[in-house]
Amino acid sequence: MATHIQPGGLAGEGIAGETAPPPVRRRRRLGSGFELVLLALLAIVMLFPVVWMLETALKETRDIYAVPAKVINFGPTLEHLKDVFSSDSPVFSGFQNSVIVATASTIIATVLGVPAAWAYSRFPIPAKKDQLFFILSTRFMPPVVVVIPVFLMFRDLGLLDTLQGLVLVYAAFNLPFTIWMMKGFIDELPAEYEEAAMLDGYSRFEAFWRVTMPLLIPGIAATAVFALIFSWNEFVFSIFLITDPDSRTAPAAIAGLIGGTTINWGLVAASAMVFALPVLIFAFLVRKHLVAGVTLGAVRR
Amino acid sequence: MAEVLVKRLRKEFPDGTVAVEELDLEIADGELFVLLGPSGCGKTTTLRCVAGLEHETSGQIVIGDEVVSGLRPSQRDIAMVFQFYALYPHMSVRDNLAFPLRAAKRPAAEVDERVAESARMLRLEPFLDRRPGKLSGGEQQRVALGRAMVRHPKAFLMDEPLTNLDAELRADMRAELKHVQQRLNSTMIYVTHDQTEAMALGHRIAIMNNGRLEQLGEPMEVYDRPATLFAARFIGSPPMNLIEAEVTNGHLTAAGALTIAAPDGMQRGDRVIAGVRPENLTVSESDPDGARGRVVSREALGDETIYVVETEAGLLNVRMPPTARFAEDQVVSVRHEGAAPPVYDPQTERLAGR
Repeated sequence: MATHIQPGGLAGEGIAGETAPPPVRRRRRLGSGFELVLLALLAIVMLFPVVWMLETALKETRDIYAVPAKVINFGPTLEHLKDVFSSDSPVFSGFQNSVIVATASTIIATVLGVPAAWAYSRFPIPAKKDQLFFILSTRFMPPVVVVIPVFLMFRDLGLLDTLQGLVLVYAAFNLPFTIWMMKGFIDELPAEYEEAAMLDGYSRFEAFWRVTMPLLIPGIAATAVFALIFSWNEFVFSIFLITDPDSRTAPAAIAGLIGGTTINWGLVAASAMVFALPVLIFAFLVRKHLVAGVTLGAVRR
Repeated sequence: MAEVLVKRLRKEFPDGTVAVEELDLEIADGELFVLLGPSGCGKTTTLRCVAGLEHETSGQIVIGDEVVSGLRPSQRDIAMVFQFYALYPHMSVRDNLAFPLRAAKRPAAEVDERVAESARMLRLEPFLDRRPGKLSGGEQQRVALGRAMVRHPKAFLMDEPLTNLDAELRADMRAELKHVQQRLNSTMIYVTHDQTEAMALGHRIAIMNNGRLEQLGEPMEVYDRPATLFAARFIGSPPMNLIEAEVTNGHLTAAGALTIAAPDGMQRGDRVIAGVRPENLTVSESDPDGARGRVVSREALGDETIYVVETEAGLLNVRMPPTARFAEDQVVSVRHEGAAPPVYDPQTERLAGR
């Protein structure tokens, strides 16, 4: 029987005795000229804004407004990037707030979501499917729909203009996602591991903690990165619930740069680049698990 | 080591399916007890109830002198080997073996000593620092066994532990398992759907079907006198021939004039189903006492040849020595030899007579 019981993260290791080498993927020759042109066109369209932002961030202010645009022959400078981190920078506190809010909300969603997912995966719960659907349905709604009720609630609770309030909202939004994604990972992990640990002398929860948890770490990391990216990028709640410039998160702070009489485009571009960097790094670190997470359940064992 | 008693065990799942119905078992201290049955017969559920992984709907389980109903698996002092071994993939073999001892908070010196002892007994020393994923199926199986042994539990529960091994290795592991069980003189409940395994291993075999006990007995007893038609079909390969017959003067007569020795106490005119093992039939070119038939298939296995002969009494499996040479489609006679076979009542499907 070729049933594999390795958890997702360890799938590469296989089970000795049943290990068959993966089929050798034939190296595809480069596609036809037409395909190449099409792909190049797509790449230009996709990458142009990113490259333009990067260039703007590195150009001297007078080169930004140069007509015709200086694509290569501009005077490079790190002035704008320095401004982002300077003491009188209007966006630096935004980055600090974003780090706090994204980290805190991700931790809360993970700490609450992983045990919940474990319970949904392992125990017979009345109306389990309905409950899970209800949990998922909270994510169907665009944030804009609930932002006004949330605003009113927060006003009465005194949570407007506070980072705690934002942490709460983001955690609530990340929780359903965490439960669903973690449930997938836990379903993949045979219950026998826990049962074996229970017979070996541990209680149910100790068995979960000592045996299941270590095996779930890749899954938890992938899920946490998704939650982190959502909280980091979130804009709507941030702009509605926070008006105090000192409590704004980065997306709102960057948006706040645009709208004055003179717009410092160099600073906008540099802030945007700094803002995009953490997400890119995290996504790169867990790229293997991101794909595993997205395609989870697509292949039946 | 301890005895295990299962008293009037009943298990009903929340969706209404009854997995086990009123099961009584007494497993003696040091016995290798086999629960045998097709998938879905309730044998694994019974084992999981003994382990404490399922809660019985009613009934009682006693391990040693202690009623364990309501106790957690960890409080029952038993060990289990799972079908997929369930070795902790993130730990080395050594840590896997030490896991139950560390759970019991034993001193480090004792842990090392016990791990070394188990590893020596199961020849696992070369693999102690590897991860389970790097071991072959047989090696993983031995680690699972070692992890169960290391704590010297009151009883071992084995849930189809050899199913995932290939045939050759399975025979080896069967012998090894029997050896280990004898050496430790441990109580062992062994669940399997493989009747060969049950015959080879068990001191006693309990055959289960639809959550009920069909028969309980020593292997040869179960083989020679299956208590029900279900047990008769389940044990033996090729299976027992079940032949409809009528009691005539002093013996049983089946369609096609096949005569079979009758057990004592049968009434003339009774209709029964006779359970005749393939080795109690013989094929010959022609025989005045035999039933005429045609050879439909022939499997020469080397040490024996299995013929399937089509007669008026139905398709009959016959086990013959390799010296017998009959061709397919050849017309032959089939005759019953030896003592009276067990006979069954067609209505109750249970042993009739005596």
